[in-house]
Amino acid sequence: MLTLENVSRNFGGLQALTDVNMTVPDGKIVGLIGPNGAGKTTLINNISGLDHPTAGAIRFDSADIHTAPPHRINRLGVARTYQNIRLFGEMTTLQNLLIGQHGQGSASLLDAIIFRPKYRAEERRLRQTAHDLLARFSLTSVAELPAANLPYGDQRRLEIARAIATKPRLLLLDEPTAGMNPIETQELGEQILRLRDEDNLSILVIEHDMSLIHQVCDEVYVLNFGQILAHGTPDEIKRDPVVIEAYLGKED
Amino acid sequence: MKQLKTELFMDTFLQQTFNAISLGAIYSLFALGYALVFSVLGVLNLAHSALFMWGAFIGLIATDHWGLPLWVAFPLAMLGAGLLSVALEIVAFRPLRRRNAARISQLISSIGAAILLVNIAQLIFLEIYSRTEGYFPRDLISNEPIIIESLSLRISPVRVVIVVAALVLMVALQYMVTNTRVGQQMRAVAFNQRIAGLLGINVSTIFILTFFLAGALGGAAGMFYGLVFGTVDPFIGQDIALIGLTAIVLGGMGNIQGALVGGFLVAAIQTLSTAVGGSSYRNAIVFVLLFLILLVRPQGLLGQAESTRA
Amino acid sequence: MDPIIDALLSVLRPIGITEIVLQFMLVNAILGVSIYLTLYTGMFSLANAGFMAIGAYAGVLITTQLDLPLFAGLIGGMVLAGIIALPIGYPVLRLKDIYLAIATIGFGEVVRIMILNFDSLVASTLSNIEGERVRFELLGGARGIRSIPKLTETWHLMLFLLVIMFLLIRLHRSRFGRAMAAIRQDESAAANMGIDVVYIKNAVFILSAMLAGAAGAFNGHLTRIVTPDAFGFDKAVDILAFAVLGGMGTWVGPIVGGLVLTALPEVLRFLKEYRGVFNGLVLLVVIVYLPGGLINPTGWRKTWRWLTRRISGDPPETPAPSAPSNTDGGD
Repeated sequence: MLTLENVSRNFGGLQALTDVNMTVPDGKIVGLIGPNGAGKTTLINNISGLDHPTAGAIRFDSADIHTAPPHRINRLGVARTYQNIRLFGEMTTLQNLLIGQHGQGSASLLDAIIFRPKYRAEERRLRQTAHDLLARFSLTSVAELPAANLPYGDQRRLEIARAIATKPRLLLLDEPTAGMNPIETQELGEQILRLRDEDNLSILVIEHDMSLIHQVCDEVYVLNFGQILAHGTPDEIKRDPVVIEAYLGKED
Repeated sequence: MKQLKTELFMDTFLQQTFNAISLGAIYSLFALGYALVFSVLGVLNLAHSALFMWGAFIGLIATDHWGLPLWVAFPLAMLGAGLLSVALEIVAFRPLRRRNAARISQLISSIGAAILLVNIAQLIFLEIYSRTEGYFPRDLISNEPIIIESLSLRISPVRVVIVVAALVLMVALQYMVTNTRVGQQMRAVAFNQRIAGLLGINVSTIFILTFFLAGALGGAAGMFYGLVFGTVDPFIGQDIALIGLTAIVLGGMGNIQGALVGGFLVAAIQTLSTAVGGSSYRNAIVFVLLFLILLVRPQGLLGQAESTRA
Repeated sequence: MDPIIDALLSVLRPIGITEIVLQFMLVNAILGVSIYLTLYTGMFSLANAGFMAIGAYAGVLITTQLDLPLFAGLIGGMVLAGIIALPIGYPVLRLKDIYLAIATIGFGEVVRIMILNFDSLVASTLSNIEGERVRFELLGGARGIRSIPKLTETWHLMLFLLVIMFLLIRLHRSRFGRAMAAIRQDESAAANMGIDVVYIKNAVFILSAMLAGAAGAFNGHLTRIVTPDAFGFDKAVDILAFAVLGGMGTWVGPIVGGLVLTALPEVLRFLKEYRGVFNGLVLLVVIVYLPGGLINPTGWRKTWRWLTRRISGDPPETPAPSAPSNTDGGD
């Protein structure tokens, strides 16, 4: 589904990514691990369109996306969450989920002004979907709270719910378990597996937490200094001496 | 015939070049103030042009009203403008910083302060002069132009004094920033406030010092401006504001050397356009230049690209 | 409409607000809305004074030179402002906050200078072509255009403002309006949600320009004179002050800000002399001490609490420890 071919990103002298080759097959969960500063977030930014590679190609379902603007990439079916939560804090939980569905609607400003039936029907549909998502992610009780006031766990779930609202086929999760305890991490892992099954998603997960990687990932890539060091199943990676050396044995 | 034309061109060219240099000195000094505050604090102080005007104003009052000699009036003007600048930091910038307000809020607050400063000056002007214009006494610096026959140059002593004084100030600033402990601290704070604070640097004091220096430089530039052009009114800051902005955007905001380069470049462009097209488009060309730079290369000549795009 | 206006005026006249003042208040309310639109989308644009100038001159020329009714001038002014906003917005809106502010200030100045020099520029070009001195007078240079018929009436302005208010309410309940708010809060995240940020920013910029142009057209037929100096940096700051004073949290804020800032110097006579000082003070004090502006319940509550604590002498509250936040770099 997603292919990265010899992707490189050079920031005027600082080589952030070098010749990265990666594939996320349909319906699989792929993990991306690596020490801090390895280039993981840069990689996700390049996939989601916030940044563009200086060399190489990124393809989503055989369409080139490495030069496309982020909103077009999203409409093609790629959604993401952020390492530091980037919710629309001033808006309520519900409104965040409505915004997430921006790409699912097509009513124009004019339609809204003249109360066209198309606009009314669409708003109803968007709200219904938002409520469904609230229920599914256990956020109904905080629906009307500003997102910035939510407890941390709820915020993390809202981030994912909002990404799901964009009806993606590929989900990019940037360190989704940051700040969570082992129980919460386990629950999130189960949620990720459910997402794959219920929504037919392919998922790319950036993580430091090896227990989550083992729990959900079919395959893992290891990134360091902008280059792919290794690729294999979580068990293979765990035993790979090159990987161990890169991490100096660091494992949660 | 040809030889005469070349001579005419040469003497105009040299004359204009010298004029451009003295104008550039004023612009650069002024732009330095913007750049200092922007590099150390990360904010654009739009009240800087009001400090420029107040420097000229204080100098005017000192020489015209109190009859003080130039070598007293000038430091007084710098001191006054510097202190006003510190007041700005305390009243208009610090409370917003404490609140972690957006940069735009600080911009708005500086605009409000600028309006306040200009209008207060206007009121005082009316009180003292019953009109909104003042003239520097003509005998402060000898009015006899120095004439260099062989190069057909007429150099007014005022401009010489300005160029020399500006150079002295810039060299002094450069020395301070690179060779003194305080200058080192300023650079540390400019690089990263948090880390500087953790290293034991009193960031608040550095901010106050930065504002003082910026104000003093801006006030000096204002006084030079008043001396060269003879008249002072509360609105001289408004013209220079956009010129100064163009200078730092051209050079790269927050970049000290950029401010210098930008200041001289803008002066050169202005002088050139006046020589070619007459003086009515002098300011227009600067604004168009500003607009163009922002569209084509917003980081300026010496700045970095990443920080300017949304 | 008339009886309503008369009733309104009978209440306002005693405190010093005559009909002409009311009309200026309404024009400034429209300007407040124009800057609200761009601010609501997170764009700190000070270009509205420039678009107001375009709308004013276009509108006035249409009514005086082409002898058409005010409505034509209004539409003409709005359309021209909108057309010019498109090529300006596209490159400029990519810039980040202060750079956008500087660029839009520069734009305003360029407009002012072009209007100032338009006539002489055309005249000298024509002179060069014809080979003899040609006089050209359309925009009037520094003198501007004078003796404009007073076509604007109170009910025009009230109707226009009411329509705008209705549109604003609809905007906030639309997909487009939600996208605007999202862009303001986090442009990159909004883009990743499928929002075409470039399109929306430009659309809003054009709408804002059109509103400013409308205000200009109305204003020209009120003041009966248009000069380039009326639309310079000072005007841009005035418009900003409407939004700052009124509060940028809701669409009501800038409208109230425009109304109040226009009315205040009339109501408090002594302010007229110190008008400049007052404007500067308003900007400074509001942004520092009442950042949400006037229409801002949270802010007032906070200020009230701060005041009552000061008065009753209670010790200052210690700020609650902030929730742990995730900083860059993960674990």
